[in-house]
Amino acid sequence: MSNDIFVWVEQFKGQAAGASWEAIGTARGMADELGGAVVACVFGGPGVEALAQEAIAYGADKVLLTEDGTLADFRVEPQAALLAKLVGEAEAAAVIIGATFRGRALASALAVELDTGCIADCIALELEDGKLVATRPIYAGKLLAKCAIPERRPQIVTTRVRAFPKPEPDSDRSGEVVKVEPVLAEEDIATKVTGFNETEGGVSLADASIIVSGGRGVGGPEGYEPIQKLAQTLGAAMGASRAAVDAGWIPYEHQVGQTGKTVSPDLYIACGISGAIQHQAGMRTSKVIVAINKDPEAPIFKLAHYGVVGDLFKVVPAFTAALEEKLG
Amino acid sequence: MHIVVCTKHTPDSEAKMSVDDAGNVSWGESPLIINPWDEYAVEEALLLRDEHGGKVTVISMGPEQALEALKHAVAMGCDEAVRIWDDACAGSDTLATSYVLAQAIEKMEDVDLVLFGKSAIDAETWQTAGAVAHRLGYPALMYTINIAELDADGKSIVVEQLLEEGRQVVSAPLPAVVGTTKGINEPRYTSFIGIRKAAKMEYPLQTLDDIGAESGKVGAAGSGVRWPEVFAPPVREGEAEIIEAETVEETAAVLVEKLLAEKVI
Repeated sequence: MSNDIFVWVEQFKGQAAGASWEAIGTARGMADELGGAVVACVFGGPGVEALAQEAIAYGADKVLLTEDGTLADFRVEPQAALLAKLVGEAEAAAVIIGATFRGRALASALAVELDTGCIADCIALELEDGKLVATRPIYAGKLLAKCAIPERRPQIVTTRVRAFPKPEPDSDRSGEVVKVEPVLAEEDIATKVTGFNETEGGVSLADASIIVSGGRGVGGPEGYEPIQKLAQTLGAAMGASRAAVDAGWIPYEHQVGQTGKTVSPDLYIACGISGAIQHQAGMRTSKVIVAINKDPEAPIFKLAHYGVVGDLFKVVPAFTAALEEKLG
Repeated sequence: MHIVVCTKHTPDSEAKMSVDDAGNVSWGESPLIINPWDEYAVEEALLLRDEHGGKVTVISMGPEQALEALKHAVAMGCDEAVRIWDDACAGSDTLATSYVLAQAIEKMEDVDLVLFGKSAIDAETWQTAGAVAHRLGYPALMYTINIAELDADGKSIVVEQLLEEGRQVVSAPLPAVVGTTKGINEPRYTSFIGIRKAAKMEYPLQTLDDIGAESGKVGAAGSGVRWPEVFAPPVREGEAEIIEAETVEETAAVLVEKLLAEKVI
């Protein structure tokens, strides 16, 4: 067995997911401690070669690069088959994958293929006696569990998006790029990707460093106008509470919480959101939380770092104006 | 069409969770319920059955408490329910659980679709559906927010998968595993008649022998992951700093200064 740590680099249309660079940063620290190499796996359609150098800049020692049409759109079968083969051949100690939609789907197949464990959605990772010990939230973050894979190899972990710092890329770093052939041919892959409808309105919730969310207090679909304006001013993604989604004011893609997305931005601004425990489950790990709510008793004020008690239809536009003035 | 739905029981999402010094997790007086995400899978199965004909079988690996989940699914309208359990299954991670579920599904006849909820609200790994699909060799259509087409005779399916950047449209042959997500439908409430039916229903128990599973591949022995320590997260001290000024404009300006000082804008 080697001490190498593999990282799967996720890409969409040739752009890497931030979660993958966070994973490389995490792998780097562990590989240094173990005396192994960080091996980044870049599998995509023709043109993803540029990501190989990027992976090295973020901390990879070696990149296994496969450019093939079968890998352009994400499908579990060709990605898992290739990753399992390479990880197996290298007898890697661990595989780290960002806990995105694609990453989680891939990890589940990889664990079965390699007959090993997968610790999903970790928020902290450390080494004890050369073995990974991961902390992960359970019961919507009401409790935490320390997990390990003591007997099987590789140790597969998926890391929660934005829970680990993204390293500063260093374009002077050097590393080896090895081209690898795909394992599956198109006729061996049962699923076919026939289209992609991108979400309108830009910033994805998972990757956003700032999120502005509206809840029951926005009162209706038109109530999202000031929220949206604030989000645009900040370059933020727009979120929502379950109450607003269930009322049909905003599509499900925007929902934050136990039955929506789990996010951890640098700044989370909750407007007209009371802060039910299920909503908190999705945003409690945000670095700075601001609550704007007219009810001073709203539970969100127990979680928030800064609060404004008042009418969001007055406070939010004033806040947007103050930001425009300050930030230009 | 034969549609199988995999489900499990969880503590209610409102439950106050605690852990004692010995590491035993408790959900207090809160009831055990069907995992809320699984209701979308059950609803979708019922809609597909009503449109294409056939039957829906709901299955769960779990001790007697798992009946809570099965009963709810039957009360919603599932035709058959099977519980799979052996004491050796205790302590199973997703690797071991997926083995048991896949073994049980392989023993069933003419399965066209296997539906899952997105994840379970207790462990929230999102791993079991994908692992079962891989074991069965079925396409894994995860995070499905819409089944756009289903051809029961031609044995094919087209779904929209919810990914970070939008919706990916994927086609696949049947049988397939579909992981559902919120937004795919609006789960029905259970009716009085449904609840009566669920109360009278038989819930056969299948053992590891029944499904042809090896005991060395289940429970802790069949698992990769151990979780020796469970603890409550540290509580954040203090309450929000409430920002108040003469006018709303001044309040907004103070908030901007605070956030600049925090270096988050």
